Amino acid sequence: MESHHLIIEAGKSEHRYWRDVLRYRELFFFLAWRDILVRYKQTIIGIAWSVIRPLLSMVILVVVFARFAGLTVEGVPNAVLVFAAVLPWQFFAGAIGESSNSLIVNANMVSKVYFPKIIIPASSVVVACVDFIISFGILCFIMLFNSYMPSPNMIALPLFALLAFVTALGPGLLLSSLNVKYRDFRYIVPFIIQFGFLLSPVGFDTAVAREKLGEYAAVYYLNPMAGVIDGFRWSICGGDAFPLYLPGLAISCTVTILFLAFGIWNFRRTERTFADLI
Amino acid sequence: MISVQDLGKRYILRHQTSGARPQYQRLSEVIAANAKKLFQPKSKEQKAAGKEEFWALDGVSFDINEGEVVGIIGRNGAGKSTLLKLLSRITDPTKGRFELRGRVAALLEVGTGFHPELTGRENIFLNGAVLGMHRSEIRKKFDEIVNFANVEKFLDTPVKRYSSGMSTRLAFSVAAHLDPEILIIDEVLAVGDYDFQRKCLGKMKEVSKSGRTVLFVSHNLSTVATLTNRCIQLHKGKLLGDGPTGDVVHNYVRAGLALTPVYTATASPERPTITRVEVISSEESGLHNMGAALEIQVEIETPTPIRRACLSVNVINTDTTLPVQHMWIFDAETPWGRTAGKHRLSCIIQKSHLFIGDYALNVHFAEGPGGLKFDRLENICPFEVQNLGDQRAEYPYRNGEAILLEDFQWEVH
Repeated sequence: MESHHLIIEAGKSEHRYWRDVLRYRELFFFLAWRDILVRYKQTIIGIAWSVIRPLLSMVILVVVFARFAGLTVEGVPNAVLVFAAVLPWQFFAGAIGESSNSLIVNANMVSKVYFPKIIIPASSVVVACVDFIISFGILCFIMLFNSYMPSPNMIALPLFALLAFVTALGPGLLLSSLNVKYRDFRYIVPFIIQFGFLLSPVGFDTAVAREKLGEYAAVYYLNPMAGVIDGFRWSICGGDAFPLYLPGLAISCTVTILFLAFGIWNFRRTERTFADLI
Repeated sequence: MISVQDLGKRYILRHQTSGARPQYQRLSEVIAANAKKLFQPKSKEQKAAGKEEFWALDGVSFDINEGEVVGIIGRNGAGKSTLLKLLSRITDPTKGRFELRGRVAALLEVGTGFHPELTGRENIFLNGAVLGMHRSEIRKKFDEIVNFANVEKFLDTPVKRYSSGMSTRLAFSVAAHLDPEILIIDEVLAVGDYDFQRKCLGKMKEVSKSGRTVLFVSHNLSTVATLTNRCIQLHKGKLLGDGPTGDVVHNYVRAGLALTPVYTATASPERPTITRVEVISSEESGLHNMGAALEIQVEIETPTPIRRACLSVNVINTDTTLPVQHMWIFDAETPWGRTAGKHRLSCIIQKSHLFIGDYALNVHFAEGPGGLKFDRLENICPFEVQNLGDQRAEYPYRNGEAILLEDFQWEVH
């Protein structure tokens, strides 16, 4: 049994915080579980939506990019090619969208009960993970259907999935805390996501972008999703079709970590006022 | 054990003139305001005009030992909720410190974290997790929680189909089984049916007997009086009283109320006017003890004799504005007002039957059917009826149970 001796002083609550996050770890999964459970309540086909939703959006994007944008690589089916990029992007977009609104949606919990509030946006990123796993299942099915043998680099995929998770978490935390004070972000976030979609190499190969930028190629990787998508393509389609551009990946990772650090710092800084503002 | 030292919470109120809202702001406003500040720095007075400090709680200190059951009373805005929010760590204090020894469970609002779409079973787990319980703990206590809340039949029904009483019961039940060493409760008992209230009171007593600490906030003085031995009174963010419940409640009753059950007006030279109405309640400041004698004094002034003076007084319930009592004095029955000048009337109710609640008066003054209407006063002289006397056995009197309490007798055959 843990001891429960607590001293709260004005302006000093940091050191207890992360211990509390650990103590409330189960809540983290409960909230994610609740969101998943609730999402498709009172729908006729229920949980089937969780497959149909990503499938439909994937189909649309695959058709647009593979058929009309002319993204083709020898030896890799078009669908797999596009899907490899759409998969992390959909996760990122979903996670940002969910987590940026998460505090507002749970306003009641924020203002009525104590627990480390960082759990709320973090758990909504976990919800996006579930969609990710389902989408990944669809990808496997597509590969099977096309009798495409993924490259042995697949082993590294979990690592890039983790990178995608962290990449989404940073901005998610930042946007969720900003949203509490400035409700403008509720309307800005969809635009950020759309804009990011156009910037990210979902419909094209990063090699094309690098070529266009010449010696400034590294700049492109300031968008952390560029590194994530590269990594996904490299894992799924193989190093021959998509050689990994390491300097770019390094930049993306750095940006991701900086974003996360800033997100956490800002969240902690503003968290103490959430209950008063929301 | 709870130890609070010089605890304070400040809120900054922003006024409309500064272009920002008291709550969340628009980003554009912030940018525009900051840009403006760059070019024309505000003077100190301007800054002071736009912002106002407000100490919701200011320099409050007290110690509560293990096993004490302490009530917190005070009018709206006295800082009760702020204190609870600080103690339950929902907001951070602006100054001071406090120390809590033991696991804390705060029930500030019933069913925090309940999701209407989830079933009762699912919500028990969710709510438990929100309150800081581990899954294994919830599983162990699950049957107890369900039994206590009495919702076995509806475990797999979404909570949105529950009656409010049912979800209250379930929420209280989850929190009560957290086995906290410190239980903080904010008027949760005001909801729910009697049987459940009784169960809650029982549970709270049980909790306090087992050496745990209970902090109980309520508007309902009689509940506080029956439940607690010690009481803390807050007034405008400051600690005003701390001691045995009886004394503190007594002081609160004497000083805490700001109702003025008096109406005054200047006389008119042309027509008869009601110049003064006052409710003489049993206590000071418009507080009346249930069942005590109540007097209503009316003073009128008239420049000319009135032929058929008719005056009526209605006691209205402030919540509903519906009249609950009617008193009248008509010249045809009791001759009065037949001379020019002042007339003083007093209506004495030997034993008032008004039940706990807030009341006011409507006073009508006219010349009789077909004649002139002199005055029509609505919703004046507010006063409050409370039970300050003996408490009823078993179920304490509760606000909203009645408006009038008749004298009655039961015969058991």
